[in-house]
Amino acid sequence: MSVEEIPHTVEPHPITGVYNGKFGIWLFLASEVMLFGALFSTLVLLRVGAPSWPQGSELLNVPLATLNTFVLIASSVTMVMSWASLKMDNFGRFKLYLGLTVLLAFVFLVIKYFEYTHKFHLGIFPSTSTFYATYFTMTGLHGLHVVGGIIVNLYLLFPGSKLWHTAPEQFANRIECAGLYWHFVDLVWIFLFPILYLL
Amino acid sequence: MAEHAHGDHGHHELPFWQKYVFSTDHKVIGIQYAVTALFFLLFGFCLMMMMRWQLAYPGQPMPWIGTLFSAVNMPEGIMVPEFYNQLGAMHGTIMVFLGVVPLAVGGFGNYVLPLQIGAPDMAFPKLNMASYWVFYVGGVIMLASFFVPEGAAQSGWTSYPPLAVIAPTGQTWWLWGMVALITSSLLGSVNFIVTTVQMRAEGLSFFRLPFFVWAQFVTAFLLLLAFPPLEAAGVMQLMDRIAGTSFFMPSGLVVTGQALDVSGGGSPLLWQHLFWFLAHPEVYVLILPAMGIVGEIVANNTRRPLWGYRTLVYSIVFLGFMSFIVWAHHMFMTGMGTTISTFFQATTMIISIPSVIILTAFALSLHGGSIRFTVPMLFCLAFIPMFAIGGLTGLPLGLTASDLHLHDTYYVIGHFHYVVAPGTIFALFAGIYYWFPKATGRMMNDALGKLHFWTSLIFMNGVFMPMMFVGMAGVSRRLYDQTQYAYGAQVQGLTAMSSWSAWLLGLAQIFFIVNFFWSMRKGKKVESDNPWQATTLEWATPTPPPHGNFKDTPRVCRGPYEYSVPGASSDFIPQHASDNGQVDQPESEPAPTPADDD
Repeated sequence: MSVEEIPHTVEPHPITGVYNGKFGIWLFLASEVMLFGALFSTLVLLRVGAPSWPQGSELLNVPLATLNTFVLIASSVTMVMSWASLKMDNFGRFKLYLGLTVLLAFVFLVIKYFEYTHKFHLGIFPSTSTFYATYFTMTGLHGLHVVGGIIVNLYLLFPGSKLWHTAPEQFANRIECAGLYWHFVDLVWIFLFPILYLL
Repeated sequence: MAEHAHGDHGHHELPFWQKYVFSTDHKVIGIQYAVTALFFLLFGFCLMMMMRWQLAYPGQPMPWIGTLFSAVNMPEGIMVPEFYNQLGAMHGTIMVFLGVVPLAVGGFGNYVLPLQIGAPDMAFPKLNMASYWVFYVGGVIMLASFFVPEGAAQSGWTSYPPLAVIAPTGQTWWLWGMVALITSSLLGSVNFIVTTVQMRAEGLSFFRLPFFVWAQFVTAFLLLLAFPPLEAAGVMQLMDRIAGTSFFMPSGLVVTGQALDVSGGGSPLLWQHLFWFLAHPEVYVLILPAMGIVGEIVANNTRRPLWGYRTLVYSIVFLGFMSFIVWAHHMFMTGMGTTISTFFQATTMIISIPSVIILTAFALSLHGGSIRFTVPMLFCLAFIPMFAIGGLTGLPLGLTASDLHLHDTYYVIGHFHYVVAPGTIFALFAGIYYWFPKATGRMMNDALGKLHFWTSLIFMNGVFMPMMFVGMAGVSRRLYDQTQYAYGAQVQGLTAMSSWSAWLLGLAQIFFIVNFFWSMRKGKKVESDNPWQATTLEWATPTPPPHGNFKDTPRVCRGPYEYSVPGASSDFIPQHASDNGQVDQPESEPAPTPADDD
């Protein structure tokens, strides 16, 4: 039952053209689509069933959310750059870019924190109305995904990066998978932002 | 696991906890899943046997057992309605999410699938281990919920709001438990799909896969895509309960004379849609692996190829797809409108077609075969008519007009239990008797097995057949005491018959439990690695398979069910037998001869 007996495969499968990890992460993202899909459907269903529904831009802080959108998009770019740096064999640049990704993710959470606490100060909670219930639940679940991404990326940045020296290809694959997840988190926000804040 | 201990002559020694507890070996994980699930099946069955006392003898103190419970739940041995509701909700939850699915998918899928595709292990062994332990945590949460104030969840396994939202603390525990179970099945399903697609042995094309692998493959997609909406719904119900939101709480709700202090504007129907979007595919998660097991055992014991292999594969894929668009046939009575009802009625009628094709193919496979009436085969032979009863009694429920009368009655209970209990669970028993020699190196006892089979068959029907009539008389499935109504009192005798059959069915399982543990230590040792003379790859491994499974990586040369090939010297040709018929066989078995097929 030792790990070394069954070797890790880094080669893409001859028929599917992807390695196991990448296939797995795509399947995971498919299930995530269903998770957020259910929440978006909930929003649509509750909204069309409601006698009146507030305009998001009047209740929520659009400038801060716009800023956050750019922060997340920037973090997606740095995530790709970190993977590309590994592919170009530049470990130092990889660390820089992955570090930036984590930093930007923290910036996103800090901005989100200010948005949340401002609402709480005004006495607005998830229980205030169905609109706020969907707002807090969806952005909260997205926030948890951001936290998950930070944990994974911090692991890959510090203790996990030792793998680079023994199995560079496997490590680059890990960064690619973490990147796919991170882009998905980014994408969810790109849907959340207009639907909650603008429409 | 104890049964694993004596066959494992590993080259390397791992500490006990790594070898048997936090193991990454798919076979150990499979056995962990199976044993845990069998425990939960027994536990869930015990809950039901207690409910059956209240149903058969309403308001009478339960002899002996009643004294073991607290005065809150069973004052003077008489079950209170709240406790009855807890037993009902937890029976359903435990049987489905902690019993049948973990045994069918986690147990058999983990143990058999990598062997059947000639893989050394699952694609992600550590993820596999995580999947089991997250499942375990979910199970512990569910069990622990019995001990929180006011007891476990009592809103049925469907947890319909608004009642579930205002229910006591046990419901919150139920939701957290479900979140753990959903996460576990997500990890498992990703693993199964990647393993099936990426790890097949050389030459094992998709249309050479054993039917069992196809069944697990489709099941994994259902778990992957249908569970997340329930996770979303679970999160929203948690928010409703903890944060006071109103996702599922309509405006103007009055409970015991007082207006509820919620913002309102939510939709109880929304929960039902999200719940059944999972729970209908879940029905197929319960049945597809069972069909896979039956396919393997029928082919092996009729000594002829499975009838219409490709048709079976297409049917099961279509079944999987269709199962995503029939969910609202559980909701005809909600007033969602005739247009939607008609759509779901039509899809429901369509989905019955592939099910019938699969069952017909199994029945036709029997025709002209020289059937070996082994214990696993007996269970499979019973599966076919029992599942057919379950399926056919479903038709009146799928048609809106007849569903109006039958909805939420004991007829529904009878219907789906025929599918799951003498259907799926019989197939799972068959699987245990069939693969037990591979896992332990010992056969299970034949006489005890047959005793187990015949008693189970009789009492299963004794439990569920009367329910059909009780249901048609109009008795609601949630009733605590049907004798309070004249129409219910009329059929009380049938309800008592169900109860007595259920208790006898419980006794019948003692044959199985004794057989299971006795055979593990004292059962007849298998003489070869392939005691059933089967063709699929799991029998090409040493017994029990060591870590890494195969001595040499197998190369597959033919389809999965080459039994009784004309001109061949033996009546089966293993999948890995090469074109010139050479395969490493123990002396006891004749080497198969060539057969030109593909």
